[in-house]
Amino acid sequence: MMPNLSGRVKMPEQPPEIRARNFQEVPFGLTEELALREASRCLNCKNPLCRTGCPVAVKIPEFIQLIKQERYAAAARKIKETNALPAVCGRVCPQEVQCESKCVLGIKGEPVAIGYLERFCADYEREMGLTEIPEPAPPTGKKVAVIGSGPSGLTVAGDLIKLGHEVHIFEALHKPGGVLTYGIPEFRLPKKIVQAEVDNLIKQGVRLELDSVIGMVRTVDELIEEDGFDAVYIGVGAGLPTFMNIPGENLNNIYSANEYLTRANLMKAYMFPEYATPVERGKHVVVIGGGNVAMDSVRTALRLGAETSTIVYRRAREQLPARAEEVHHAEQEGVLFNLLTNPVRFIGDENGCVKGMECIKMELGEPDSSGRRKPVPISGSEFIIECDMVIVSIGTGANPVIFSSLEGVERNRWGYIIVNEETNETTKRNVYAGGDIVTGSATVIQAMGAGRIAAKAIHEKLQAMDRKK
Amino acid sequence: MRREYKIIEKYEVVPNVHKFVIRDPRIAKKVKAGQFVLVMANEKGERIPLTLSDWDPKEGTITLYVLELGVSTMELVSLSKGDSLYSLAGPLGHPAKVEKFGNVLLGGGCFGIGGIYPLAKAMKEAGNSVTVIIEARSNYLLYNREKLEGVANEFFTTTSDGSEGMRGHVQDKLQELVKDGRKFDHAYFMGCTFMLMQCARATMPHKIPTGVALNAIMLDGTGMCGCCRVTVGGHTKFVCVDGPEIDGHLVDWDELFIRKHIYREEEAVSYQSHACRSLTGYEREAKGGGEA
Ligand SMILES: Cc1cc2nc3c(=O)[nH]c(=O)nc-3n(C[C@H](O)[C@H](O)[C@H](O)COP(=O)(O)OP(=O)(O)OC[C@H]3O[C@@H](n4cnc5c(N)ncnc54)[C@H](O)[C@@H]3O)c2cc1C
Ligand code: FES
Repeated sequence: MMPNLSGRVKMPEQPPEIRARNFQEVPFGLTEELALREASRCLNCKNPLCRTGCPVAVKIPEFIQLIKQERYAAAARKIKETNALPAVCGRVCPQEVQCESKCVLGIKGEPVAIGYLERFCADYEREMGLTEIPEPAPPTGKKVAVIGSGPSGLTVAGDLIKLGHEVHIFEALHKPGGVLTYGIPEFRLPKKIVQAEVDNLIKQGVRLELDSVIGMVRTVDELIEEDGFDAVYIGVGAGLPTFMNIPGENLNNIYSANEYLTRANLMKAYMFPEYATPVERGKHVVVIGGGNVAMDSVRTALRLGAETSTIVYRRAREQLPARAEEVHHAEQEGVLFNLLTNPVRFIGDENGCVKGMECIKMELGEPDSSGRRKPVPISGSEFIIECDMVIVSIGTGANPVIFSSLEGVERNRWGYIIVNEETNETTKRNVYAGGDIVTGSATVIQAMGAGRIAAKAIHEKLQAMDRKK
Repeated sequence: MRREYKIIEKYEVVPNVHKFVIRDPRIAKKVKAGQFVLVMANEKGERIPLTLSDWDPKEGTITLYVLELGVSTMELVSLSKGDSLYSLAGPLGHPAKVEKFGNVLLGGGCFGIGGIYPLAKAMKEAGNSVTVIIEARSNYLLYNREKLEGVANEFFTTTSDGSEGMRGHVQDKLQELVKDGRKFDHAYFMGCTFMLMQCARATMPHKIPTGVALNAIMLDGTGMCGCCRVTVGGHTKFVCVDGPEIDGHLVDWDELFIRKHIYREEEAVSYQSHACRSLTGYEREAKGGGEA
């Protein structure tokens, strides 16, 4: 087949003015025809650079070749050799700074839309009912406890169940999926996809124990000593909201992004009162922060009826850490951006509700330790943004609950777990960790990559245990 | 693969307060006085925090008291013996501080009349002399007497209408005892927020160290969302992980009252026909309306 040098396909999606008021997924996904056209652009490089940009080294040219041959389910399986959740990653990975940033087509023109293609074949496999449930390996008699059912924990569970180990996932909440369920909104990642992935694990024999806050109902030591687990994986994420610590922050209608998104997504407050959990519906909403979480919050607010929904971010546009597609979608939907702006205090009304936010303008100064030019306040530039709701989305820290009863697992000065990078084993024997609780807030794919490393190391350790006997 | 949380026993102990005995051996084995659970009646319900008010590790059961207040508690209350809750997570929160203080005063109102019992028991077992005061609007709303009397060294009731015990509230009885020269080394209160504030204010001049079991609005109960935050001594605390026992003399009560009322309008939408009997009384009082 001749390489197709025409432009990159456009993803069909809901028009902005319509989607900004509903919770259905924004992009529809590629049609078969578009997928074939896009796949034909891949040059199938001998030395594929795209793979080096992928944290789990997905066999990108190989799966795209399978798409060219119209073997879509086989393409999905090819991806799954190194990435257990392609339908998720196709939607939420920052491809523009990973695989697609390395694509040679990107040098002169536009890179292959690898993320779209990944989503296409994963959706095809699921929707056509072609998902293969691997035959269970003969039981090894070994038991592994996975704490947390986010992408990291799910990856560990998926890898270890295939190898014949007994796997139990303990999840604090009443639904599995971690951030994929409670954080990322339906319009970006439909919950049925996450549920399908979890169901597949359950079909393979993984036992999912919901409502189980480890550290409270059971401790890690009890799991090992009393419940007979041979190894434990800690994938509890970084779910401790950071606040600004500026005056007025406890006024009503000031939410952490975690609270706002949990109400909206996990508790389905957007379907209130059918679902009983309420969420305030601000008319003029301000979201502080510039990451994916901020974009999800600001777009959720629009869908919950806001007349204006504004991002306030202290750095410049190029420095927004969110996925490019999310920023683009937010702009199309009418989100306002107040960049190089930092809040200094919140102003309340007589009922204790927020009615405004005083901000100061910033300018870019010298580069800081991260290499980014540091924003510095311009004195005298204070001004007030009127608003009736604020969502604070400036990052998260390590949640302390599991640590209240966890001896021997050392942590760094931010509270994240220290691991041996080759195995992801912690300083406590047979206890492993990965994902956001090790790295701080990162990405779905990194959390999965960490899970994969740990699963491999756990398997080797468990086999070695047998040999010693 | 949901767990089963079977309701073993359920009845209305006094109007509007329902007692639930639920099978959950994991929690029954682990719980300590002062901890709570988060409960969902069904898949569409809210996550409601409820105090663990008794437990039996041998039977693997726990006891909760539910004050029927809004849609979600109504849904909970509409479940029957034999049904299973949708979700039950716990034990959550720090156990209450229990040590040998000397003379300990415990006060309970509404669901706190039930919830204070494990604390009375634990305080007694720790070698304290335990004084328990409970309050209600009227004598027919008092419950849990035998159990509390069984562990307390001293037991008093108060009612707003004077139908039993002292006419007034926990804090009034407390004032009377102190006036009579009684010394207390530690106090702990559980009940509606307004009562907690009144009691904490009453112990303050007498410098009695006071814990209150704060009822903030909660979502996850594990420190993940921050919706339960309160200002304590100028610092932000999360009730679900830093509490629920909080130093009653350091709580910013005004802020807490404001935060508790965020969802009043939404509650009205989802529970239009219902007028809460006990809450309205407190609100009237909070606004300075006197006796409920
Ligand atoms: C709103 C939002 C949007 C995001 N968007 C993107 C994106 O577009 N692309 C991207 O790559 N990344 C994104 N991220 C980041 C990404 O979601 C995380 O990096 C990733 O989910 C981390 O996975 P994890 O498995 O480590 O933890 P999590 O997904 O946080 O899962 C941890 C799980 O552990 C449970 N848990 C916690 N404590 C306990 C305990 N003591 N006992 C039992 N269970 C416990 C939690 O309830 C949770 O379910 C986003 C994050 C958020 C919040
Ligand atoms: S309930 Fe979410 S942090 Fe306390």
